[in-house]
Amino acid sequence: MVRHVLARLGVTAFVAVLLGFFALPMLWLATAPFDAGASIRVSVPEFTLANFRALLVNPFAVGSLVNSAVQAGGAAALVVVLAALAAYALSRVQVPGRDLLLYLLLLMSSIVTGTAAMVPIFELATRLNLIDTHLGVILVVSGGLLPAAIFILKDFTDATPASYEESARVFGASPLQILRHVVVPLIRPGLATIAVWTVANVWGGFLLQFILIRDPGLAPGSVILYTLYTEGGQPDLPLVSAFSLVYSLPVVLMYVFVSGRYGFRFHGGIKR
Amino acid sequence: MGTDAAGLGRGRAMAFILPALVLIGVFLVFPALWTVYLGLTDYRLTGLAAAEPRFVGLDNYAAALTDARFGSSLWLTVQFVLGSAVAGQAVLGFAVAWVARGLRTPVRRAVEGLVLLSWILPGSVVAFLWIALLDRDGGTLNALLNTPGTAWLLDHPMLSIIVFNIWRGTAFSMMLYSAALENVPPSHLETARLAGASTACQLGDVVLPRIKGHVLTNLLLISLWTFNDFTPFLLTAGGPEGRSEILPVYVYAIALNGGRLGAGAAVSFLILLINLVFALIYLRLLRARNAPPTAAAPGGRGPV
Amino acid sequence: MRLPRRPATTLGALVTALTLAVTAAGCGGESGGGGAITLTITQNAISGGKNAKGADWIKNWVIPRFEAAKRAAGQNVRVRFQPNGVEDEVYKTKIALDLKSGRGADVIDIDGIWIGELAQAGYLRPLRELAGAAVDTWEGWKQIPPAVQGLGIFEGRKYALPVGTDGRVLYYNKELFARAGLAAQWQPGSWREVIDAARALKRLPGVTPLQINAGTAMGEATTMQGVLPLLAGTGTEIYSGGKWTGGTGALRDVLGFYREVYSGGLGDPRIQQEAQGRDKSFLEFAEGEIGILAEGDYFWRSVVDPVVGVNPMKNRDRVVGYALIPAARPGAGLRGQDFVSMSGGSARVLNPRSRYPALAWELLSFMHSAAAVEAELGGEARVTARTDVNDKVLGRDPMLSFVAEKVLPVTAYRPPLAVYPEVSAALQEATAAVVSGRSPEEAAAAYHHRLTELVGASAITPA
Repeated sequence: MVRHVLARLGVTAFVAVLLGFFALPMLWLATAPFDAGASIRVSVPEFTLANFRALLVNPFAVGSLVNSAVQAGGAAALVVVLAALAAYALSRVQVPGRDLLLYLLLLMSSIVTGTAAMVPIFELATRLNLIDTHLGVILVVSGGLLPAAIFILKDFTDATPASYEESARVFGASPLQILRHVVVPLIRPGLATIAVWTVANVWGGFLLQFILIRDPGLAPGSVILYTLYTEGGQPDLPLVSAFSLVYSLPVVLMYVFVSGRYGFRFHGGIKR
Repeated sequence: MGTDAAGLGRGRAMAFILPALVLIGVFLVFPALWTVYLGLTDYRLTGLAAAEPRFVGLDNYAAALTDARFGSSLWLTVQFVLGSAVAGQAVLGFAVAWVARGLRTPVRRAVEGLVLLSWILPGSVVAFLWIALLDRDGGTLNALLNTPGTAWLLDHPMLSIIVFNIWRGTAFSMMLYSAALENVPPSHLETARLAGASTACQLGDVVLPRIKGHVLTNLLLISLWTFNDFTPFLLTAGGPEGRSEILPVYVYAIALNGGRLGAGAAVSFLILLINLVFALIYLRLLRARNAPPTAAAPGGRGPV
Repeated sequence: MRLPRRPATTLGALVTALTLAVTAAGCGGESGGGGAITLTITQNAISGGKNAKGADWIKNWVIPRFEAAKRAAGQNVRVRFQPNGVEDEVYKTKIALDLKSGRGADVIDIDGIWIGELAQAGYLRPLRELAGAAVDTWEGWKQIPPAVQGLGIFEGRKYALPVGTDGRVLYYNKELFARAGLAAQWQPGSWREVIDAARALKRLPGVTPLQINAGTAMGEATTMQGVLPLLAGTGTEIYSGGKWTGGTGALRDVLGFYREVYSGGLGDPRIQQEAQGRDKSFLEFAEGEIGILAEGDYFWRSVVDPVVGVNPMKNRDRVVGYALIPAARPGAGLRGQDFVSMSGGSARVLNPRSRYPALAWELLSFMHSAAAVEAELGGEARVTARTDVNDKVLGRDPMLSFVAEKVLPVTAYRPPLAVYPEVSAALQEATAAVVSGRSPEEAAAAYHHRLTELVGASAITPA
């Protein structure tokens, strides 16, 4: 009993410290967006909502959130579907050198995200007529994210028992049906993880998006954020902080929604 | 291996893999190989070397390997990866995922939401947050600890960016482990608990074997990403005196500020090779421990 | 069990198919709809954000008027504006990528210092080659002083029309000066007098006497506001006659000045090392915590401006003084001057791949006509490239007329070469070394070594 109480206390203390650690740096974000004279110091704000109003009149701010959603949503859909197909096949059918290949692709993805790969990616996008299109951003970003996504999902499919698939097969289900109705429900937490992870990656990405998109009407929020700096490179902190807040909250809300609805809950068997 | 439970067959398996492979081939492998080739030239984006890049063989590699800055930068990066990713994000991420299971829903949402928010916020904004926290004059931390004038970012640059990166990146490990833990049937844990197993024993005997694949994947990925993470630059600008100049900052200085894309590409490839070493170490460590349980086949962490 | 051959060919076919599909789906480049000719302007400016005034001017003034003028002449011309809002280095990357692949706007606004490296790469061509004799006969040339025209000139040929220029001065806080017993009207005649004033300010508690940018975290602000004006004060340019200045006596003198400031407690060494050090120096000056600050006129217009400033000072006009940067000793400066400065500025070029170069030149020169330049200011005072406009508008602001009348005659420009950013970084490292306690000799020797690696020993001025 005492042990139980102590464990409870330990957990509570841990959660308290955790909340403190993650919340403390956010203080600035709680004050600066509402402060007429925001600086890089946390201070009691001269309260105002003018920063948010300024964003509403900004010709690109609101639209950029939609663009971010299109690009992130498109990439997430593409990555989840392609990675699920590939991960499932790789998990179930032995392909020689499969793990080595996956590692190599994964390592290559680190090169492509670096500044040095800008020129090849830009030339490629130019030749394929992908400049200034959402599709261009989605394809380029997905190419870079897929290896890691396959990697993660393969672990999830590896961990699902094959017996369900065998019985489904006995009842005459096709492989695609088995994947949709048997495997997908089982690896749902993994799929949700990949979706959220992809969205988060695209949401914050800047350099690639900036180079591929010319029309600011198509630019995502991460690019528009940088327009809120002065000609001398000084951030307009009240606006920058207000925009970041508006820009970040949708993803957190999405996570809360996804985690409540689709993932992160055990499904102890086939339910449908 | 007879795991083709769904009767996929090799042909259909290829069809499943192909779309991803094509996309990866066009938008990942192709530009990556091109970049590797650029690493063998003196290519620049502007200036005379942009008009006529010359093939310089391994000169860029030789230059990097003999540059003292590269050496110190590599060592700092290893510290950064071990400290913030392996010891920090992976452990804390698992702890959060584990503890969160037993929390009431609102508390759990608050914890997860905050952890996630620190991951989602744009890098430039995160930099402001942390400067506001660690600033020597007006910093929140100094106000809390009553240590006015302590310049955390200047006196402890590596510690600062390591703690920063733990804060920044724990969300991914948390998410991955939460999802992985969902696949550990609660009944198993319940049985272990009723049999009087302590938390440590539950973790070691019941949980770890089941999520070993996820642990490996997680370590590989977060190491790779941390190796390539540029955000600390926004906090310390690599300084003071290069004492927090990790490799991505080094590449940035060469490739974007210096415009030497060839040299930058070469260093990127070196980073890749170092990551390969890390990957091999993780594999060896986890495989060695993987020996006793049933699914020990290399690469095929088969169905349980 | 080997991989069958077939997937490889299938893969190849699929790549081709995907490429074709994507090409078809892409939103096919230029639309030449309706017989109209389309011209595009790009600039690192965007409505509602960075340099919003410039963006609004192009949208609301340049485009409608130019289109109307062309329509009156019977030509159907449409002009589009492509805004940007990013860090300069990133903007440069995008422009270079565009020019390299034969795309990009017809009229491009760039930092004057990029012209050399872009021209060397073959991305730009001289205006005359593109637009012919019309360039030589343009009315504006006689309004632009030769030094300012130099912003658009590389290897003796004109590549660009300069937009405007700026200058660097010493700002000082008159209230702090009064408290330290110094005169409210201050113009130091030598480095010694700057140091003396700083010594007097040092007595005030909580005040940093002098902020002269140093270190790598400040980036180009260290070179432009610190090293180069000081170097000019010793009569030396960083690049002249095809040679770079090495770790010579002049550079050692400059670094010696840094040491006097930062090891003598006259400056705050730590702010030079902080990632946001420059922003912080602005904030501290605005809050009356810095006595003397070396900065460009940007600081006056956009940082401490009482209305639009990032760190507004309501009493700016009363409290903030400005003085010329003195040479090391009277007469020791560049060209034997008593005072020195450094300048930069943006300029507009024509895209060599423009389909309508003559028309693009018409647009470009229209944007640099007196009426257009005045409209661009939108009531603000700023040093433009045109003397006729400056005469009209600078009277509105004493600081900017000071720059035009006193600073520009003594100023100098940076070399527009691709290797310059790396030389600049090496200079920043030298100052960083001195600030953290190494000797000027040591730092100068390390710089010399680095410079040799960058440009080769034969391209360095013999000591």
